[in-house]
Amino acid sequence: MMGRTIFIDPGRCIGCQACVSACRECDSHRGKSMIHLDYPDEGHSVASLPTVCMHCEDPVAPCAEVCPADAILVTVDGVVQTADTSRCIGCANCVNACPFGVPKIDLAAKLQMKCDLCYDRTSAGLAPMCATVCPTGALFYGTLDELRAERPGVEVVDAFAFGGTTVRTGVATVVPADRGRRPLPGGLPVVEVNGVDVRKADPR
Amino acid sequence: MTSAPRPPATDDRLPLDPALAPPGTTAFRDAGGLPAGNWRGARDGETLVPTHCCFCGVQCGIYLRVDRTGTVFGVEPRNHDINRMRLCPKGINAYQQVNHPDRLTAPLVRSSRDEPFREVSWDEALSVTAAGIRAVQARHGNDAFGMLGGASLFTEKTYLVGKFARIALKTRHVDYNGRLCMVSAAGANKLAFGIDRAGNPFSDILLTDCLLIAGANVGECFPVLTQYVWGARDRGAKLIVVDPRETAVARTADIHVALRPGTDAAFFNAVLHVVVEESLTDEAFLATRTSGWEEARAAAADCPPRRAAEICGVPAEQIAEVARVFGTADKAMAWHARGIEHHTQGVDNCLAVINLCAATGNIGRPGAGYGTLTGQGNGQGGREHGQKSDLLPGGRSINDPEHRRQISRIWGIDEAELPRAGTSMVEMVHQMRRGEIRGLLGICNNPFVSLPDLPAVTAAYDTLDFHVQCDFFLSETAANAHVVLPVTTWAEDEGVMANAEARVVKHNKAQEPPPGVRTDTWVMCRLAQLLGAGDKFAFTGSRDVFEELRIASAGTVNDYYGITYERLEETGGIAWPCPTTDHPGTPRLFEDGRTHHPDGLIHLQRVEWRPPADPYSDEYPLSLTTGRTVAHFLSGNQTRRLGALVEQTPRPWVELHPAHGFRNGDPVRVVTRRGATVLPALVTEAIRPDTVFVPYHWPIPTAANTLTNAALDPRSKIPEYKVCACRLERAEHLDEVPAPPTPPGRSAYPPKAQAARTDPLPPTAPQGRGTAERS
Ligand code: SF4
Ligand code: SF4
Repeated sequence: MMGRTIFIDPGRCIGCQACVSACRECDSHRGKSMIHLDYPDEGHSVASLPTVCMHCEDPVAPCAEVCPADAILVTVDGVVQTADTSRCIGCANCVNACPFGVPKIDLAAKLQMKCDLCYDRTSAGLAPMCATVCPTGALFYGTLDELRAERPGVEVVDAFAFGGTTVRTGVATVVPADRGRRPLPGGLPVVEVNGVDVRKADPR
Repeated sequence: MTSAPRPPATDDRLPLDPALAPPGTTAFRDAGGLPAGNWRGARDGETLVPTHCCFCGVQCGIYLRVDRTGTVFGVEPRNHDINRMRLCPKGINAYQQVNHPDRLTAPLVRSSRDEPFREVSWDEALSVTAAGIRAVQARHGNDAFGMLGGASLFTEKTYLVGKFARIALKTRHVDYNGRLCMVSAAGANKLAFGIDRAGNPFSDILLTDCLLIAGANVGECFPVLTQYVWGARDRGAKLIVVDPRETAVARTADIHVALRPGTDAAFFNAVLHVVVEESLTDEAFLATRTSGWEEARAAAADCPPRRAAEICGVPAEQIAEVARVFGTADKAMAWHARGIEHHTQGVDNCLAVINLCAATGNIGRPGAGYGTLTGQGNGQGGREHGQKSDLLPGGRSINDPEHRRQISRIWGIDEAELPRAGTSMVEMVHQMRRGEIRGLLGICNNPFVSLPDLPAVTAAYDTLDFHVQCDFFLSETAANAHVVLPVTTWAEDEGVMANAEARVVKHNKAQEPPPGVRTDTWVMCRLAQLLGAGDKFAFTGSRDVFEELRIASAGTVNDYYGITYERLEETGGIAWPCPTTDHPGTPRLFEDGRTHHPDGLIHLQRVEWRPPADPYSDEYPLSLTTGRTVAHFLSGNQTRRLGALVEQTPRPWVELHPAHGFRNGDPVRVVTRRGATVLPALVTEAIRPDTVFVPYHWPIPTAANTLTNAALDPRSKIPEYKVCACRLERAEHLDEVPAPPTPPGRSAYPPKAQAARTDPLPPTAPQGRGTAERS
């Protein structure tokens, strides 16, 4: 986990998409949002959850690792940058490699874009646009200590298990206090395979 | 657009009491109001103008980004005390309407509704308007010309609307769209406390031990307030939500009471019943601070939880649990909004909440009290200074001889010239239909979307001999007018608004209006001149009007005398009453133990539940309820033109329980006694099986208000938007689900140019509501 980073607290998200609109206002990709909003419990509740770039630390950013053009740079402070426009060839390898489904490709421009933690803002001491505006604090920018000062006893996890592989990330997720610090299952839950509901068969 | 924008006012950050700071405001965030040097410097020549969001009653602080040519081109969050940089999607996108291609930039005139509009000069448009007004009044009398204002106007302009109607138009028929919004709460507060505003500031939410939210979808309607709700929860407060739907906030509540729409008074009476039975009342408080407790208690005694459980469709144990949690909390608060106010017993519902707060001694302490969440940005200020049919500036009654004398003196007119009370907005529409009102000047409202029983409303407007609208976009209502006068957006003028806490905040001018556009103040003053009342309207702008308003409010309950533009810029907002220029304002009411009634007591009232006006039957067995989505504002005249917001919620839908057998996206015809509308289904368990929900921001043919009932609360005259009887039918084809029309804009005149979108897309889940199947 980086020093000052984004913490995602799904229990607070109200699905308002202020983060999505704010991300569009960011000067580095004005007009396009790099945030996904997922509805993990569709049809049963209004629960929602934002996904920003998780800024993977270990293994170092799969998107950057697979980039044949070395267009995705990782800064010393662990921020995985959006593709360097002078290098990106629009091959979409990064899209396929990212375990969280973050990078987006502008096919017409043959360019990748992704959340770079608003590097223009964070490097100047500001919070990223999404975490600045998020009306609920579901996206929080700061250090773990700052988060705990406001939300006493809060537990966070920065490891995600994809099958046998664990990915450690720069961005952390708030989990219920009794959950301990085990890695979270990565990816969306598998609900249906070939039209068959597999939730009952899956003890997870 | 040559002149430079107003220089930004001084930094508005308030000294903070850390105990009152909303969550998410660590030192880092507090330091973030303005970036240190390089961020601003990097944007060559840009200025940040501090102002507020133009939309809801939270009034979040924002900066408008203005480029070197003086044009608004973006937004930056602002570290204002209310919102601490947080914004909802409306606030983030609001700036896009300032230089939107749909903006009206020249007055439009036509002599009949069959003709296309002509662009004309201001001189011509104003003389046509004055002549039209005179013609109607000469033939049918002064009261045959009505005026309708709005609660999104700056307070100065709402003051002018009231003065203009009474002095320039000499009509008694003036009202405003706040009549559709929160007058029930206003009426109840006035009855109980003698003062019409929330009792506590938002920051008190953080101090409470039990927060009860009734009929308020905080997550979608006042998203930035969620930070206070979550903050209270972080500090261990219990959260009780009363709402037929499992909203985002209800989802996390300790107790979610999913009651049947239209049964709130029964529910609150039953809660009070248990409070009394289990001796959770604060007897000392009741004895010394209230009157009317015997009657209120007697009504509650008639409503045991078992009876209420049947009426409300919730378990009796849950009602008792609410009473225990609320009644035993050291400090408890209740906040409500349209969900309990939009009813034929809206005033009663609010009174029932007040009875509960008072019975448990939860009034006028930090973290203990009541509040109403205003929908429109100036829902509070918009009704304080004479825009309402029965009120004069300073909340004075238009029927009180002493009040009439005071205002006549300030306005320099003979008291006999001051008209009497007129009727309310919905009643005015009925008067149009009956031919009693023949001409109308509308400013800042869009009844073609916002009024109930729309077919009757459009027919009523069609009878008008002369119809004038002021707006900055061609709204659905403006498209019906004879004259449309293009006026400024909030970013092109200065003025004050009062948010849901009754905190008066100042909006600053960020750019010059586009050529051809005038301020509403200018329009009213020029028209007054043409109508022969120019000497009473010698205002050059908002500042002059505010000075007169301060004086007109001095000594009243709504005392603004101590508030000045300079003080507002220094402090970031002052809550009224504020009688002197060194008075700090009154964020929390009744701390001295006295209300604004002469006896200083809280006047508790007897409340009895009555069923909603539209009865259920075998033919119409279900409840239809309506409400907002987070992406749109009121009639959508502004937000339905902004790309990101349209994309977020492109169209309305009908939200229903899987029990009805529909699949997600199925075309469903919702039928009520007034009409039918086909909408795509959004199937979710987050709603009661006997209730369906339709959001209301769209015009015909997908208007929720085609279905709603125009029955009014007898005291507040608010329509019963939140409940009517309906049934669901399976519509045959998906293409029966019409897409909402593109809002009329410049492209809409001549009419043939108006493009109709016909995509019959089913709703996905962008509204933040879960759908039963992935579509
Ligand atoms: S802005 Fe915050 S609350 Fe709103 S959708 Fe994004 S993460 Fe959720
Ligand atoms: S609409 Fe309301 S909550 Fe949203 S930004 Fe504007 S004032 Fe704040």
